[in-house]
Amino acid sequence: MITLVVGLPLLGFLIAAIGGERIGTRACEIVTTSFLFLAAIVSWILFFQHALGSQPESVSPVGNWFTVGTLKVDWAFRVDALTCVMLVVVTTVSSLVHLYSVGYMSDDPSRPRFFAYLSLFTFTMLMLVTADNLVQMFFGWEGVGLASYLLIGFWYTKPTANAAAIKAFVVNRVGDFGYLLGIFTVFMVTRSVGFDTIFAAAPGLANKTAHLFGHDWPVMEVACFLLFMGAMGKSAQFLLHTWLPDAMEGPTPVSALIHAATMVTAGVFMVARLSPLFEQAPAVMSFITIIGGTTCFFAATIGCVQTDIKRVVAYSTCSQLGYMFVGLGVGGFGLGVFHLFTHAFFKALLFLCAGSVITAMHHEQDMRHMGALRSRIPVTFWMMTIGTLALVGFPFTAGYYSKDAIIEAAYASHAFGASYAYVLATIAVALTSFYSFRLVFMTFFGKERWEVAHEHADNTGINNPEGAKAHLEPTNRPETGGHDHVTAGHPDAHGAHDVKLHPDNAHTEGRVFVPHESSQVMLVPLYVLAVGALFAGVLFASHFIGDAQAEFWKGSLFYSPGNHILEEMEHVPFLVSMIPTLMLLGGFLVAVYGYIINPGAPAAWARTFKPVYTFVSHKWYFDELYELIFVRPAFAFGRLFWKGGDVGIIDRFGPDGISAATVTVTKQAVKLQTGYVYNYAFAMLIGVTVLITWFLVAGGR
Amino acid sequence: MFGFGILSGLIVLPLIGAGFILLQRGEDEATLRNAKWAAMLTTLVLFALSCYAWSQFDTSSSEFQFVEQRGWFGAGLTYKLGVDGISFPFVVLTAFLMPFCILASWTSIHFRMKEYLVAFLVLEALMIGVFCSLDLVLFYLFFEGGLIPMFLIIGIWGGKRRVYASFKFFLYTLVGSLLMLLAIMSMYGTAGTTDITVLLKTHFPVAMQTWLFLAFFASFAVKMPMWPVHTWLPDAHVEAPTAGSVILAGILLKMGGYGFLRFSLPMFPDASHLFAPLVFTLSVIAIIYTSLVALVQEDMKKLIAYSSVAHMGFVTMGLFAFTEQGIQGAVFQMVSHGLVSGALFLCVGVVYDRMHTREIAAYGGLVNRMPRYATAFLIFTMANIGLPGTSGFVGEFLTMLGTFEVNSWVTLFAATGVILSAAYALYLYRRVVFGVLTKDNLKSILDLNPREAGMLGTLGVLTIFYGIHPSPSVGASGPRGAALVWPPTAARAATRHKLAAATPPAVTLAAQAGAATR
Repeated sequence: MITLVVGLPLLGFLIAAIGGERIGTRACEIVTTSFLFLAAIVSWILFFQHALGSQPESVSPVGNWFTVGTLKVDWAFRVDALTCVMLVVVTTVSSLVHLYSVGYMSDDPSRPRFFAYLSLFTFTMLMLVTADNLVQMFFGWEGVGLASYLLIGFWYTKPTANAAAIKAFVVNRVGDFGYLLGIFTVFMVTRSVGFDTIFAAAPGLANKTAHLFGHDWPVMEVACFLLFMGAMGKSAQFLLHTWLPDAMEGPTPVSALIHAATMVTAGVFMVARLSPLFEQAPAVMSFITIIGGTTCFFAATIGCVQTDIKRVVAYSTCSQLGYMFVGLGVGGFGLGVFHLFTHAFFKALLFLCAGSVITAMHHEQDMRHMGALRSRIPVTFWMMTIGTLALVGFPFTAGYYSKDAIIEAAYASHAFGASYAYVLATIAVALTSFYSFRLVFMTFFGKERWEVAHEHADNTGINNPEGAKAHLEPTNRPETGGHDHVTAGHPDAHGAHDVKLHPDNAHTEGRVFVPHESSQVMLVPLYVLAVGALFAGVLFASHFIGDAQAEFWKGSLFYSPGNHILEEMEHVPFLVSMIPTLMLLGGFLVAVYGYIINPGAPAAWARTFKPVYTFVSHKWYFDELYELIFVRPAFAFGRLFWKGGDVGIIDRFGPDGISAATVTVTKQAVKLQTGYVYNYAFAMLIGVTVLITWFLVAGGR
Repeated sequence: MFGFGILSGLIVLPLIGAGFILLQRGEDEATLRNAKWAAMLTTLVLFALSCYAWSQFDTSSSEFQFVEQRGWFGAGLTYKLGVDGISFPFVVLTAFLMPFCILASWTSIHFRMKEYLVAFLVLEALMIGVFCSLDLVLFYLFFEGGLIPMFLIIGIWGGKRRVYASFKFFLYTLVGSLLMLLAIMSMYGTAGTTDITVLLKTHFPVAMQTWLFLAFFASFAVKMPMWPVHTWLPDAHVEAPTAGSVILAGILLKMGGYGFLRFSLPMFPDASHLFAPLVFTLSVIAIIYTSLVALVQEDMKKLIAYSSVAHMGFVTMGLFAFTEQGIQGAVFQMVSHGLVSGALFLCVGVVYDRMHTREIAAYGGLVNRMPRYATAFLIFTMANIGLPGTSGFVGEFLTMLGTFEVNSWVTLFAATGVILSAAYALYLYRRVVFGVLTKDNLKSILDLNPREAGMLGTLGVLTIFYGIHPSPSVGASGPRGAALVWPPTAARAATRHKLAAATPPAVTLAAQAGAATR
């Protein structure tokens, strides 16, 4: 069965990639999408058997990858409760995104390629979650990186998309660098990379040290720290987060699938999967808590000032991933995975709604040019509202169960860093609420701004003949303070749009248009996800993190005997458990005031707190910093080594110097030079022969 | 046949083909076509023959197989051939790549086609000879003899600065070779024979090992090439015709690594261990330094050449870790690099044949006109980056894993190559393949023709096949690799205990962990 789940997307990929031209676009869509739905059905069956049912974990070997000495790496599918949770998340969202893409991408000429990539991504993601050893997991890990690279750069004629694709891959590689070293460390101390073996060995290694990098380090701390580096890259955590917002260059369904619901949660899955290791590394767990707390706060601050609808959701994703890591870091592995599970539904929903808005707006992504869409696209509006409520943790929606539990666990935990994370995570609830409702209000309420925007653009003399709109030039719009993100002149802001390959399709009717509701093929996935966003929490809370959790996980998540976080979080004071809801209300009210009651207020706030505003709207200057300390030096050193090292020193004093000296000498013997390469070669051969003969004759005596 | 075995057949066959081509008279179309088909046929038959030999080869043995021996000059010098799990993969790789070289040259060589083909066939004979020799002098003859046809291929059919490049190539390799020759003489003086099988069992005094090692090192380091004697490679690659680059990257570079495996490690184990830190240092510098240099290249071939140097850094690092994973990883990395870099040079050749420039800036947006080319190029780019699922991953992974327990710092620095390779390779791909196709002269560029698609397709399938199922090749080097490992490892462990408490905690730890799992 599991082979079917993993194999179908692979088959779909191969059919669409190899036979795409022959069987035609429609056939590609049907094949890949139906295969994914099939895989999703089987996944749910497995979920009922292994997670909700009582089937024990199983490992089905497929074959040997490589065996060298004591290192044995196999291809195998591991199916247990944790895998099944991931399977349903991945296949459900992926199949819905496939379906949605049929509508969203309907005017794109390279659809076979698009669907092939989507299926390739799903296959590699499934390889990741079904892995039975660290190396196969790395295969999936890098495989999703490849698919992400291809899909971010799907519209390859856009320079920004290409740049974002490379950035995503390279930043992820920084994390993978840690992941690889982590594998090596684990192998060094356990002589294995298979999960069962290393999990069994982990408790015995808890207080052991190993001599690495010049010191005796606690070995589990080192291994887990290095592995977590990989998770930081993949899950866009603080310091390695810079690629995720740029990844919004890809088509919106891709953002929903890869950069919200599945791939970016791979880091969370990894920590959960390796919980037996991480439980032995308390310092790293604290580090995870701190990184998670920092991420959920800092990404939320940036989300508050973005004007691109997709980027708001992207920063929101980054922030929510931070929550998941807080949950993991305080020892609540189930909490992290539960939030992963609910988040997949409501964030995919939000992204697909954003896609629907973008379609309605003819590929406009700037919220300053939207407004009053509520009556034009009512279905999208309601779906988006459901997603928003789930995201902010409105009582009894999915996010309420998973996010509030994390915050309570952070409060209850006594581990180092937990209080820090608690404070930041709580503040981030208010920020989340603010930016989420800001998004809804700017998009669906207020005045219709889309026509004004274009007139304005024309008035300022900006006229883009391609139809890719020039709305990113400085505009003095009172709603957003006029210098919102854009006037700061950040290069990323320009061209950050879903411009299709055929821009002329987008604006055939000129600058005046009427936003329209999306087709049913795009709306049906929204309904399904909305159901998940509303009910995934209430249905599964007791299984993932509540009383039934032990029977549910059946040991696939490891809690060490001293870890009672899931119990302790039940006993937090009532007031503490109310705080997130109050914060949510606060954020909501501020958004109502700033974007409905008094639309001039945000601009005034931005002016009042200008330094803070500038700092946040420049995304805390991470891109600039990395450009300065990594990118430029790399190129500068490259040039230095090349021109200075290779040419200036090695060649100058090496071959060129020698040959120059030789030429001076041989000018005397210039008559011997014939200039023919043959002659030199021949002379050399004779020389070698003479030398050998001499040696043999002399040595033979 | 005449008392000679299959290995002699492998060496002689290309020479027969070369002789046949030389007998052809005239320069007309028909003659050239005959010559090309004769060369093609020769290389294909040779490949079939090597596959047949492979099927007869016992991969579980660490002994030399297909051994044949004939008296030669006397004085202990014999014509002795044989292969084992280390050398045979290279024989097959050579035989495999050669038809691609002939195909790659099908239309791109415009003068002296016959001589060109003869040079390639002679080169093939010499290269196979290198990997089959079980006599040191015979090895040396093949090893140095291989220089000559390569020198001619670059010097005659190369690009604008071909003479400079060929002399640079020549100068570098010659200096190294002379030292090696001296070392061979002195080994003969001590052991009284040049038979490799005997020399493998001979124990040289440690002091002598040291300078013998350095002498061989001078030659092999240039061939690898290791930093800082690598500067000949980018020039040679840039000027060489496509097929020349394929052979240079695919086979000639492997001779250095093969030399380390065949001679330095087993014959001078103490010295190898002594110099391991030096080799580690040079390897790590090579990986980081040349990756950074690759990042700023403006010439496609030069970029790939620099990336080759970085990849060879993983090989030397793995070899001198003296662990099973390190050594087998290094062998696999060499085979994989032979396929991948060969394919990358073919990719460059494809667009060079059309546009006659290798300037990266002259391209851009090729995917719009050449989707199949873009796909092929992507597969090899990913293999070059070492993406799991391609052959490039296995070698890098194993060499780093094998080195980690020996020296974690070295692995740490080498692993930065994982980041840098992604940067330079994707940056190249973006500039050449992605973007809008704006340059006028590119607007009519054609996608892969069937000949090119066949070549790149075959290599692509193999790259992925070896990525998910590398066992056939990794396994072959296993017995011999293991046989090679243990003596230096024992020596190393002993020294390490003396020197410092380098790994004992880890070692005891591992033992405990092993006990725990059992």
